Amino acid sequence: MTSKRSILPMTGQPPHLCAKALDKAYRKGEHKVPVLRGVDISLHRGEFLSIVGQSGSGKSTLMHLLGLLDEPDQGEVWLDGARIDKLPMSTRDELRNHVFGFVFQFYHLLPELNLLENVLSPLMIRHNVFEFWRKKRELREQGLEIIEKVGLTHRLRHRPSELSGGEMQRAAIARALAGRPSVLLADEPTGNLDSRTGQEIMTVLHKLNEQDRLTIIMVTHDDVIAGQAQRIVRLSEGRIQTLEDAA
Amino acid sequence: MYKFLLATRYLRTRFIALASIISVTLGVATMIVVNSVMSGFSCQMRERIHATLGDVMVEATSMDGTDDPRQLLADVDALAGKYIESVTPTVEIYGMMSFRWMGQDIYRLVTLVGIVPETKNQVSPLAGYLLSRQKIEENDKVVRLPLRDVTAPLDWSLTQDAIQDRKDWVKVRQLEDLSREYQSIGQGRRAPAVAPAAATGTVDSNEFSLQFAAGNSSSGSNDATVNDPFAAGEAVEPIDPEEPLPARIFVGAGLISFPFKEKDTGLTKTQYMASPGQDVILTTIKSGRPEPAPFKATIVDVYKSGMSEYDSNLVFCNLEELQYVRGMLSGPDPTRPHENLNWKDGAITTLQIKLKDYRDAEEVVNRLSQGLNLHYQVRTWEQKQGPLLDAVQVESAILNVLLFLIITVAGFGILAIFYMIVVEKTRDIGIMKALGASSRGVMMIFLSYGLSLGVVGSGAGVVLGLLFVRYINEIEDLLSMISGHKVFDESIYYFHKIPTAVYPSMVIWVALGAMVIAVLASVLPARRAAALHPVRALRYE
Repeated sequence: MTSKRSILPMTGQPPHLCAKALDKAYRKGEHKVPVLRGVDISLHRGEFLSIVGQSGSGKSTLMHLLGLLDEPDQGEVWLDGARIDKLPMSTRDELRNHVFGFVFQFYHLLPELNLLENVLSPLMIRHNVFEFWRKKRELREQGLEIIEKVGLTHRLRHRPSELSGGEMQRAAIARALAGRPSVLLADEPTGNLDSRTGQEIMTVLHKLNEQDRLTIIMVTHDDVIAGQAQRIVRLSEGRIQTLEDAA
Repeated sequence: MYKFLLATRYLRTRFIALASIISVTLGVATMIVVNSVMSGFSCQMRERIHATLGDVMVEATSMDGTDDPRQLLADVDALAGKYIESVTPTVEIYGMMSFRWMGQDIYRLVTLVGIVPETKNQVSPLAGYLLSRQKIEENDKVVRLPLRDVTAPLDWSLTQDAIQDRKDWVKVRQLEDLSREYQSIGQGRRAPAVAPAAATGTVDSNEFSLQFAAGNSSSGSNDATVNDPFAAGEAVEPIDPEEPLPARIFVGAGLISFPFKEKDTGLTKTQYMASPGQDVILTTIKSGRPEPAPFKATIVDVYKSGMSEYDSNLVFCNLEELQYVRGMLSGPDPTRPHENLNWKDGAITTLQIKLKDYRDAEEVVNRLSQGLNLHYQVRTWEQKQGPLLDAVQVESAILNVLLFLIITVAGFGILAIFYMIVVEKTRDIGIMKALGASSRGVMMIFLSYGLSLGVVGSGAGVVLGLLFVRYINEIEDLLSMISGHKVFDESIYYFHKIPTAVYPSMVIWVALGAMVIAVLASVLPARRAAALHPVRALRYE
């Protein structure tokens, strides 16, 4: 934010996270299947953006590229005025741990760990054994606070298999937030839930966005859900559909 | 942190992986049991060999030995006196032993060892292997308690039982002689055919006739002109037949006994053909000339070390008598040839030495072999028994290699199951990477999982193996009871109990080896897990 280099002179302030001309293709046997064909996107701190599109439109891939889970074939990803997509592997691992929080459609909690352990797992990854033991109490407090925020305090010791879908997704959100990231990347967070529990999840996300000024990128194919975001980007066949969205 | 948490969680929740380490457990347990029993055997064997030989042996290269033990002793003392605790002289020579049992003559090839009991027992603790100082057990029942204390000084006296046996034996002999004489009158003196001692020509037809000086007079009369000019002319003093002979022996158990299976009970028993108190005829070689030297000796005790090589070969005799019989020594008073003999006046073949500290053995051997002339060979007991000890070593080394291969096979089992687990956990690996785990971290999860499997497996194996070793005799009893016949037959192995020796270093090496194999087996799956692409891992269904 304090960077003097202005990437988009129009806004005066560098965007929190932005992508420039992202190209990505997957190989399927002999054929190269293009997924993204030059996508530009940028968002400011505290924005709630939803990416909509049909299956195969590349919305998940875009999210993965933004969250450094994958590398673009061409194009760049910038965070707070610094390019991050070409950083060494270990730095990207650390950035994922510190800056991004992921929420997936199928929750993807680790079945061997209980809810609290699942929520604390990003912190366990961040700290080595000794650090973790030294800060155990503090980190535990941090985890408990977030679990309370998503309303799961009564389920601390439960295994993921003992939770309902909505609870699992809330646990997944708590896990994504445990590392105090600045961007939350949610891939179809309501996709596997009925509309009422889906709405609960959306409420949680809204609360986080409004109260904690959390930047959220949400991928969905459901227009109703997408409509609850501040801004919608529509993807179709690897391109952004409307010009105004490209911002 | 997450690595260890997950590794321990996987350990607790994946029972299939626990099944894969059962093979590690069994391999480790087997290795510990086999090694313990092998080293127990070899330990006992070494102890027994050592109990017969001294630490260091100075052997004369000639069968006739050295004529001047005093000089030899002085030389040895001068060369390595400060390392030496005690020294005992011996004469070792081949011979033949014969005795009568059930109306037959039994012949045995033996190695005669002339010893001085007091010093011999200091140099190599022989006393504990004499049957009169042990309780005799047969098929787990105590047949007889020790007749004397193990720590009692070693000498050539008979036990009370042996004296009583001798009285009975002499009476039976007298009766047998009478009946034989009676028969021989009728059959025209066929007796010489069964009397080996008759070869000397001067002895009466029956070797066990009660002319007790026969042995001595026969040797005396043969060599009278050379060795003992006065002996031939002397009238042999009448000796009480119930008194034991001047030549006394400890005879190896294998020479006078044989194991047999009782038909109706199936138990293995040991039949003794001669017992302490009885006389046997020994024939050996004279010193200096290739002539036989027969003499009679009274069995004082039975030697049973458990080394069948020794038990079926060795006869320990009093040194002075052996020297006298072989013509290596003569007493000061020719009329009483068995009195006041001193071995230092005669010849000896071997000097057995006990060191203060066996670690000096090499030094002592060096000093002695350089200092003494070429008529002597100086060796440690290990060098003397080298081939036997080496054979045991090679045997246990080969067994170890084979058993370690078993653990390696277990390693491949771990590899296969780990691969499966990595495939099963693909999505979890993707999540962990999304949460910021590095490839190295993911690899570490599976490596530490492999290590913890190895630790649990080899830990259980160590416990199992040690318990098995601890209760090996109870287990043997149980197996014997189930199968109906003795698994570990003491009459074959000479041990009452299966000997075991557990060396902590061995246990540690085996356990470490198993852990290393478990870790190595998990390297490949762990690398695969580390190489997984997060996005593809997350998409994996």
